[in-house]
Amino acid sequence: MSYDKNCAEKPKRLCANCGREFCKGLWRENPIFIQVLGMCPALAVTTKALFGFSMGMATTFVLVCSSLVISSIRKLIPPQVRIATFTVIIATFVTCADYFLKANFYTISKELGPYVPLIVVNCIILGRQEVFTSKHGVFNSFIDALGMGVGFSAVLVLLGSIRELFGFGTIFYYQILGEGFEHWVVMALPAGAFITLGFLVGIFNWINNKRKK
Amino acid sequence: MRNTIKMISVLTIVGLVSGAALVFMYKYAKPLIIVNQKNEMKQAIFKIFPKAKKYRKETIKDETIFKVNDKDGKFLGYAFLAEGYGYQGTIKMMVGIKKDLETLVGIEILESQETPGLGQEITEEQFKSQFKGLKTSPPIIYVKNKKPTKPNEIEAITGATISSRSVVGILNEKIKTIKDELR
Repeated sequence: MSYDKNCAEKPKRLCANCGREFCKGLWRENPIFIQVLGMCPALAVTTKALFGFSMGMATTFVLVCSSLVISSIRKLIPPQVRIATFTVIIATFVTCADYFLKANFYTISKELGPYVPLIVVNCIILGRQEVFTSKHGVFNSFIDALGMGVGFSAVLVLLGSIRELFGFGTIFYYQILGEGFEHWVVMALPAGAFITLGFLVGIFNWINNKRKK
Repeated sequence: MRNTIKMISVLTIVGLVSGAALVFMYKYAKPLIIVNQKNEMKQAIFKIFPKAKKYRKETIKDETIFKVNDKDGKFLGYAFLAEGYGYQGTIKMMVGIKKDLETLVGIEILESQETPGLGQEITEEQFKSQFKGLKTSPPIIYVKNKKPTKPNEIEAITGATISSRSVVGILNEKIKTIKDELR
């Protein structure tokens, strides 16, 4: 209550809701657990924690940059062509991210393969532009995009760490389980991705239900 | 009408600006990407031939091969690229062979999209090192679930026979071409 009151008293404060806008991407509206968007990269590139992390960073970069650009020109875009405009802007940043990875992190870029260019069709990015950025100012959009990006990356790293731990006995290539550990090959396969994600969503919902009670 | 003009102009401007941005990014990234690709090949060659100091690119008929020399200029052997289909996508590798074309020096996998945890083991030392000193005639064959006994045999990876077979197949085919070209 006091929060809303604070807002009403100082309506022009730049960062009135920013803590909230940021945190909702981490938990309350987490792109993977709650919105269940961006499943393709979440399942495909999380064989190892490092790949999940790189994918998360690339997606966050694209999300933040497109949100900044789109929120600053949102009043100029005619509503009939907004999707086309958004797509052009997003595609530009995706191509930049792809070139950047190829130029500076060649091995990672090779491992991620076609999934970096495929960020273009990631629903999280277009979804955020439609739901949030096209209705809010630059600063709030930036915070929102950052929150969503960090939330997405965190889940990818978690998923990647669990799969890498059981599939290869390592996390970020750091040996965790001893030499004698028999690798669960299934964890490195697509089936392992579905199983792990299922368990994570289950645990997430269980915690949420407990907190509601 | 006004709206139509606005739609067209907004899309055009956004497209132009994006295009310009991409041109700059491309100009920045392209030379670095080429350097990366060259480095990758260079490292593969030096890994196959640990004594190598320099190599020379040569095109014989339609084949690109690298002649590898050590620091005294002594000729060590040839290196060449071999490429073909694996289980899920293209496998690209660098192959090193002695100058008599009968003994493999080693292989390095440059690109592969095999199944992680199974087929991807072809990039591991345990599999690759089997090719060191392997005889190339008669053609290389793979055996399953037992130790190789003949000088042209390797052991296939358990659970990834198709990937192992692909590597052997790509190798045999390319070695044959190279032999035909060089002789």
